[in-house]
Amino acid sequence: MLLLLATTGGLFSQEADPLVKRVSKDTSKVSLNMDAVYNRPFLAIKKMPIALGGYLEANSLYQSEDGISEGLSFQARRLTLFMSSSITKRIKFLTEIEFEDGTKEIGIEFAALDVSLHPALNFRGGIVMNPIGAFNQNHDGPKWEFVERPDVAVNMLPATWSNVGFGIYGKTHKGDWILGYEAYLTNGFDNSIIDNEENKTFLPAAKENAERFEESNNGKPLFSGKLTVKNRNIAEIGFSYMGGAYNKFEEDGLTLDEKRSVAVFAIDANAVIKNTGTYIVGEIAFVNVDVPETFTQQYGTKQWGAFVDVVQPVLQRSILNWENATLNVAARLDYVDWNVGTFQETGNKIGEEQIAISPAISFRPTAQTVFRINYRYQWQKDILANPAAKTAAWLFGFSTYF
Amino acid sequence: MKYSFQFIFGAFLTMMFTMGCEQTTPYAPAENELLDGPLEGLTIAQQIKFLSGDEAFGDVFTIEKGLGPVFVANQCASCHPGDGKGSPFVEFVRFGQPDTLGNQFLEFGAPQLQHKAIPGFEPEQLPEGATTTKLIAPAVTGLGFLNFVSDQDLINLSDPNDIDGDGISGRPHWNNIPDYVTLRPNTISQNGKYISRFGKKAAAYNLLHQTSGAYNQDMGITSLFETIDPYSGLEEDPEVSTQTVNDVVFYLNTLKAPLQRDEGATSIIAGAQIFSEIKCASCHIPSLQTGYSPIEVLSYKEFHPYTDLLLHDMGSELDDQYTEGFALTSEWRTPPLWGLGLSKDAQGGSYFLMHDGRAGSIEQAISLHGGEGEASKNSFAQLSEVEKQQLIEFLESL
Ligand code: HEC
Ligand code: HEC
Repeated sequence: MLLLLATTGGLFSQEADPLVKRVSKDTSKVSLNMDAVYNRPFLAIKKMPIALGGYLEANSLYQSEDGISEGLSFQARRLTLFMSSSITKRIKFLTEIEFEDGTKEIGIEFAALDVSLHPALNFRGGIVMNPIGAFNQNHDGPKWEFVERPDVAVNMLPATWSNVGFGIYGKTHKGDWILGYEAYLTNGFDNSIIDNEENKTFLPAAKENAERFEESNNGKPLFSGKLTVKNRNIAEIGFSYMGGAYNKFEEDGLTLDEKRSVAVFAIDANAVIKNTGTYIVGEIAFVNVDVPETFTQQYGTKQWGAFVDVVQPVLQRSILNWENATLNVAARLDYVDWNVGTFQETGNKIGEEQIAISPAISFRPTAQTVFRINYRYQWQKDILANPAAKTAAWLFGFSTYF
Repeated sequence: MKYSFQFIFGAFLTMMFTMGCEQTTPYAPAENELLDGPLEGLTIAQQIKFLSGDEAFGDVFTIEKGLGPVFVANQCASCHPGDGKGSPFVEFVRFGQPDTLGNQFLEFGAPQLQHKAIPGFEPEQLPEGATTTKLIAPAVTGLGFLNFVSDQDLINLSDPNDIDGDGISGRPHWNNIPDYVTLRPNTISQNGKYISRFGKKAAAYNLLHQTSGAYNQDMGITSLFETIDPYSGLEEDPEVSTQTVNDVVFYLNTLKAPLQRDEGATSIIAGAQIFSEIKCASCHIPSLQTGYSPIEVLSYKEFHPYTDLLLHDMGSELDDQYTEGFALTSEWRTPPLWGLGLSKDAQGGSYFLMHDGRAGSIEQAISLHGGEGEASKNSFAQLSEVEKQQLIEFLESL
């Protein structure tokens, strides 16, 4: 994915058309997950100060829950456009605009100004993607072998989670070692994370609130920070934290509520096994939310989840005249427990958990385009941990940069 | 590259084929393993209404939609999961006093204790001196059948003065009913009171009565029918539409009755025999009949709920010193036993039986029977192990 892209820099050399030109990416070998926003194929149009890019994702879905199927449907998941411009040598701007499910949801996922003072000290302000886990900042469809995004990233953590704010980031390297950091203050969550129609503590519920781009819900910024270490021969590993008060506890000088906070901790990692070319990427995250004692245990105070993808290239050669095509087999394991704990009334373990496995085959005629066939089998337990609802899905789709 | 072309073509075909293939998707549990689902034979219009009701039954109330400020749970389906019995997780307390002179604690929010509150609010507190009972939710399947049994049939089943001398009396709950209920066809009244039949003490006249009460007392949701908010004690704008309440009532009326499993097995046939012999069947009446119903598939049907919908004195152990309407403190309505074997699958894997879920097994439930059920319980204790086993198997097949 990211790596496949990085190793095929030669692909962006279609300069036959003099009008448009592929912009080469940051090919310095010190790129980290945090660089994903700029690590994308862009097109520069002659003399235009702006480089353009984007990606499209669409798929078909056949799904059946406990033997009942809704039939076959086709989904235009998302169309994302990005534009970047280098204003001066060390000031750049990038924006990412996403149309999800057709035009049902239109969002600015990213729109920030980057001012580089030193490789180890950059300033970023605007609408930024909070650095929590790895997927949030590195979510482009064409980088992944799976149609569905990881459960932990989108159904426990709120990817794509972006907010207005500012912060600093930077990296430094020595030999094969790279160290990166990011720290931001942004607007953040609201009470919907413990009061929503999912009927469980659900950080993504806060995404519905578009007002967070206008003003903070409670005047307390959300802190997000991440520390990444990478050894070019071994792996990259990131430790991230995001936390702050989420509810509105004061208005017009009146106290509305006790201040309650949310804290998220995540570890992400990715690596390529040299001998086999196997690519492994994964993320584990923990959520802690203050829920008032007298509210309902329907909304849990603790959550955790994880995913791991294993991608094995099996054919890497010219296929059907695509010179650098790759065929991969892959598998993903997804797990989320939205409500860790036991019932006050019975002492029994609270359910509300889900596990899924997804074997996949993906075909990449070029690094920027992926055709993928996924099968997904999921076991989902309700809050009482009654027998799991089983869902199977066949997904066939493509995702491509353009 | 002919070889790769074939490979991809092959992969594509395989995918097209497997996508349509049932083998790769989870099998559907047999119909008789499930509590939820509609009655057979509904018209298309009725199925549409059923689906709306189904959706409303699963609707989650958020603060914005009117939840609370004080409440017990935020969704019908969280207390009646899969239309089955609830778990102690969402049990609630009702409070009052031992006599039937009317609840003295109405100004303290009686009869139901809303022990949860939305952030910033305090839940309701139990007033001193009140007696209490705990209730866990019953299954809501097959209620349409129970709803359309005629009042006369219930009167015929009752034997308030135990004239037949079998130690089992059983009486209808003659209760006051709210203005908004529509009387069922050929309903019978006595001194201005009507036979109510739903709820653990049979205090609700019909499904609209029960449903409006549930919205209001369980979730803090006001409607055109129950207009007073349990927190403020004031009349409030409806937080659920009349249409939605009606759809939910229709849904409850048209949920299928649980289907028996393995009814032909010899041990189960033997168990059914024992069930009658030791007089379980005198209260848990195996077969009832509906009268006329505007929902055609419910009209004049025989069905097998294992209840008489009557109140019975169940003895001191089940006497919580709490009354409702004109039911005495030791009186409980015979619960239907259909679906009993499936109730674990809704309660998180273990049984929580009797009105408050205190029985963790069927044997324990039987051993808690006292009063009019005492003789039956004693007969059960005297059965051989094999006979006990057969009886339990029978009950679990329901
Ligand atoms: C907090 C948990 C809870 C919620 C929420 C809840 N119920 Fe119930 N339900 C119960 C309990 C407990 C009983 C027994 C009550 C009684 O004895 O009056 C019950 C009884 C019933 C009955 C009577 C069944 C019978 O066999 O007599 C019906 C019908 C019903 N509920 C429907 C609903 C509907 C519709 C909703 C949503 C509007 C709802 N319930 C919400 C707990 C709940
Ligand atoms: C006098 C009438 C009567 C007789 C006889 C009787 N029951 Fe019951 N049964 C009841 C009542 C009333 C309840 C509900 C008590 C409560 O909720 O606390 C009940 C509850 C039950 C329950 C629990 C159901 C549930 O959903 O929680 C089971 C099981 C049961 N009875 C089985 C039997 C068996 C088996 C026999 C014969 C040995 C029997 N009963 C005899 C009236 C009777």
